[in-house]
Amino acid sequence: MVKYLSEFRDPDLAAGILRRLAKVSTRPVSFMEVCGTHTVSISKNGLRQAVPENIRLLSGPGCPVCVTANADIDKMIAIAAQPDVILTTFGDMIKVPGSYSSLAKEKATGSDIRIVYSTRDAVKLAQENPDKRVVFYGVGFETTTPTVAMSILDAQQKNVSNYSVLSVHKVVPPAMKALLDLGEVTLDGFICPGHVSVVIGTRPYEFIPRDYGIPCVVTGFEPLDILEGILMLVEQVERGEAKVENAYKRLVTTEGNEIAMETIHKVFEPGDADWRGIGVIPGSGLNIREEFADFDAARLFAEVEVPPVKEHKGCRCGEVLRGVIYPYDCGLFGKACVPEHPIGPCMVSGEGSCAAYYRYDEKPRTGA
Amino acid sequence: MADDRVLLAHGSGGKVSHRLIDEVFMKVFTDPILNRQDDAAVVPGGEKLAFTTDSYVVKPIFFPGGDIGKLAVCGTVNDLSMSGAVPKYISAAFVIEEGFAFAELYRVVESMAAAAEEAGVAIVTGDTKVVERGSADQIFINTAGVGIMRPDVDIAASNLRPGDAVIISGSIGDHGVAVMSTREGLSFRTAIESDCAPLNALIAAVIDSGAEVHALRDPTRGGLASTLNEFAAQSGVVVAIDEKHVLIADQVAGACEMLGLDPYQVANEGKVVAVVAAADAEKTVAAMRTSPYGREARIVGAIAEAPDGKPRVTLKTTVGTTRILDMLVGEQLPRIC
Amino acid sequence: MCLGVPGKVITVKDDWIAEVDISGVVIDVGLQFTPEAKVGDYVLVHTGYAMHVMDEAEAMETLKLLEEMGAAAELPDGQIS
Repeated sequence: MVKYLSEFRDPDLAAGILRRLAKVSTRPVSFMEVCGTHTVSISKNGLRQAVPENIRLLSGPGCPVCVTANADIDKMIAIAAQPDVILTTFGDMIKVPGSYSSLAKEKATGSDIRIVYSTRDAVKLAQENPDKRVVFYGVGFETTTPTVAMSILDAQQKNVSNYSVLSVHKVVPPAMKALLDLGEVTLDGFICPGHVSVVIGTRPYEFIPRDYGIPCVVTGFEPLDILEGILMLVEQVERGEAKVENAYKRLVTTEGNEIAMETIHKVFEPGDADWRGIGVIPGSGLNIREEFADFDAARLFAEVEVPPVKEHKGCRCGEVLRGVIYPYDCGLFGKACVPEHPIGPCMVSGEGSCAAYYRYDEKPRTGA
Repeated sequence: MADDRVLLAHGSGGKVSHRLIDEVFMKVFTDPILNRQDDAAVVPGGEKLAFTTDSYVVKPIFFPGGDIGKLAVCGTVNDLSMSGAVPKYISAAFVIEEGFAFAELYRVVESMAAAAEEAGVAIVTGDTKVVERGSADQIFINTAGVGIMRPDVDIAASNLRPGDAVIISGSIGDHGVAVMSTREGLSFRTAIESDCAPLNALIAAVIDSGAEVHALRDPTRGGLASTLNEFAAQSGVVVAIDEKHVLIADQVAGACEMLGLDPYQVANEGKVVAVVAAADAEKTVAAMRTSPYGREARIVGAIAEAPDGKPRVTLKTTVGTTRILDMLVGEQLPRIC
Repeated sequence: MCLGVPGKVITVKDDWIAEVDISGVVIDVGLQFTPEAKVGDYVLVHTGYAMHVMDEAEAMETLKLLEEMGAAAELPDGQIS
C-alpha cells in the first residue's frame, strides 16, 4: 500500500464516479490529455473504455520523448560519439530512433551512454570522471526542467567544469495553444498535466477558457484523480461554463512551486522548439542562458557534424500527437509498427500514445 | 588455495587448472559421480528424462537474498520441475574473468552446493574457463540439468482449457527489485530480498496431491506477464487475472512506482504459476502452502475461451476496469515519464 | 512525462538531501525546491527531487468529496445535488 496512491485506486469510489458520470453527461464530448503519464494511466487502468460512450478521451502531445524531433535525437547521437564523452540520460530516451539510429544502438557499438535516475547522478559521474566530458540529455517538460537547472547550478557551485546539458526542454502551455490554433480537432476540454502543474500552478492555463472557451481541469494520475477530472469537465460542459479547475489540490496550487520556477528562469530563457508532428512553436523551448554557456552542450558541441534529417515514411505519429487520429487509425499500428519493431516514437516510448494503446487497451475505438 | 585471485593460468588446463578444480569445485561439490572426473557423467537411466540448460550472468553477482551460484542451481532445478520431472543431476560450467577473487568464488560455489543439497540434486560434471580481464564480467555460470519424468503427468503450456484455475505460489517482482536495488546509479535501499529458491519439493507436493495439473512455469525474466502471455498463445485462450488477488510486496510496489516499472514484468526466481482443473484449485493451493516457498499461494485468475480467436491476457484492475496485460518488450529500463 | 510518487521524509541530511521512504523503499531526495519539508511530511518525488509537500488536509478533502459524489449518484433520479 503506497500511501496517497492506493486510496486513489478504490474500486467502490471509482464505480460511484462512473455512475455519476453516466447521469450528468448528456452530450458527446471530446477531452484531450496532454501528459503522457495521463495517457499511460488512462490505458493502464482501462478508463478509456470504462467511461460512458459519449465521452471520448484523446491523447495529445504529452510524451516528451515522442515530441522530440529527429534532428534533436540525431544531434545527441553525434555528441555521444565524440571522444571522451559520457552521455547521460533518463531511461525513456534510450530506445527512441532518430533518423538513422538510437542511443541503444550507439551504446552497443561503443558510445559511452549511461542511464541515470536523477540529474544529481549525472553531476556525480562528472565529478568521478574528471578526464571525461559528461553530457546530460535534457528532455522533458516543466516537472523535470527545474531538476536539470538545479544540476547546472550545482555543477557551477562545485566547480564541475566537465558537466554540460543539451537542452531539448519544452514547455506545455504554448503547445496547447498551438494545437488549438491549428484547429484540426474539436475539443470540449483539456485534462491538464498534474505534475507539470505542481511546478507551474494553474494560472498558465487561464488563456484557454478565456480565449478559446474550453474548460480545463488539472488532475493527478491515479484512476480516481482522472475520473474526478473528467467529471469536473463534464459538469462544466453541462453547465455551459469554461474555467480552470483544480482536482489535484493535494499537490497543485494556483502559483505552483515558485522556487522551482525561479530556478528554471535563472538558468534557461525561452526559445523556439521543434515539436515532432507540430513543427516549431515559438516560445515553447528553453535555452541555456549565456551566463551558463560553459554548461551548454549546444554551444560546446556546436561544431559537431549532424547528418541530414530523415523522416520515417508512412508513420502518422504527427497526427497522433496532435490528437487528429487515434493510434488505431494509423495503417501501420499493430501491423508494421509494434513495440518490438517500432516505426515511430509513439510506439517506442513507454508513455507514447501508440505504445500505451497497444499494450493496455482492451478494445479499439476508432474515428477521432 | 595458495592464490587469492583467479588468473588466466587457472583456465590453462595445466596444473594450476587442476588445483582450481581440486581445491574449489571438488572440495565443495563432493559427489561420488563427479569425483570420477570423467568427460561425461554416467548416470543410472532407463526412464523418460527431462534435460535443460541455462546460463547465468546476473549483475551484481551477490544480491539481497541470493547470488549467481544459488540462482544457477535453482534456475535449472526449477526448469526441470516445471516439466514434471524430478531433478537429479546438474552440470556446472564457469567462465571466470581473470582477477576474480577466490574468496568470492568460494562464496558462489558454496552457495551452489547448499542449493543443490536442499534440492536433492547432484552436481556431477563441470567445466572452467578463465578469460582475460574485460572479456567476461566477473563470473558467468552455465548449468545443465537432467531429471527423471514422473509417470502419468502431462504438463505443457499448450494444455490450458477454458475454466481452468490460475494459481501463483506467492508474491511477484521480489527478485527483480532486489537486484535492481543494488545497481549502480539506481541505488535505493529496501529490505526486499530475492525469492530465489528451489521449487522441486513444492511442485512434487502439487503433483502428489493428485490435482489435475495442466501447465507449470516459473515466471523468471519478463515476469508474470511473459509467462501468462506464453500460456495464452500456446493454448489459444484468454488468461483472465484479477489484480486484487495478485500479491505484490509494498516495497516492490513502491520501487516500481518510483522507477516506472510494471511489477508484472519484473523477474521472479522462486515462484511458479500453475494452471489446474478448476475443481482442483483449492487442493493445489493447499499443496503449495505445505512448502516454505508457497505459504502465500493463491488463485489469481481463470482460463477463458478466446471468442475472436485472439489469445491474450486480461487484467481486472484494482479500480474495477479491465485491461490487456502485455509482455515486456526489450530491456526493462527505469523511466521518469 | 512526469512520473511522480509520494514518499515520507524520514531524515533530513546536509547539503539539501533528505531520505524519503516510498512504502519501504528509501532513496535520497533533493530538497532544494521544498525547503519547508520536514521529517514526517509526505513529498512528491520526481527524478530524485521533492517537488511539493503533500497537503494532507486537501487529500482527505478530495477523498471525502469523491465518496459524496458516488453516494449522491446512488440516489434515485431527481435527487442528485
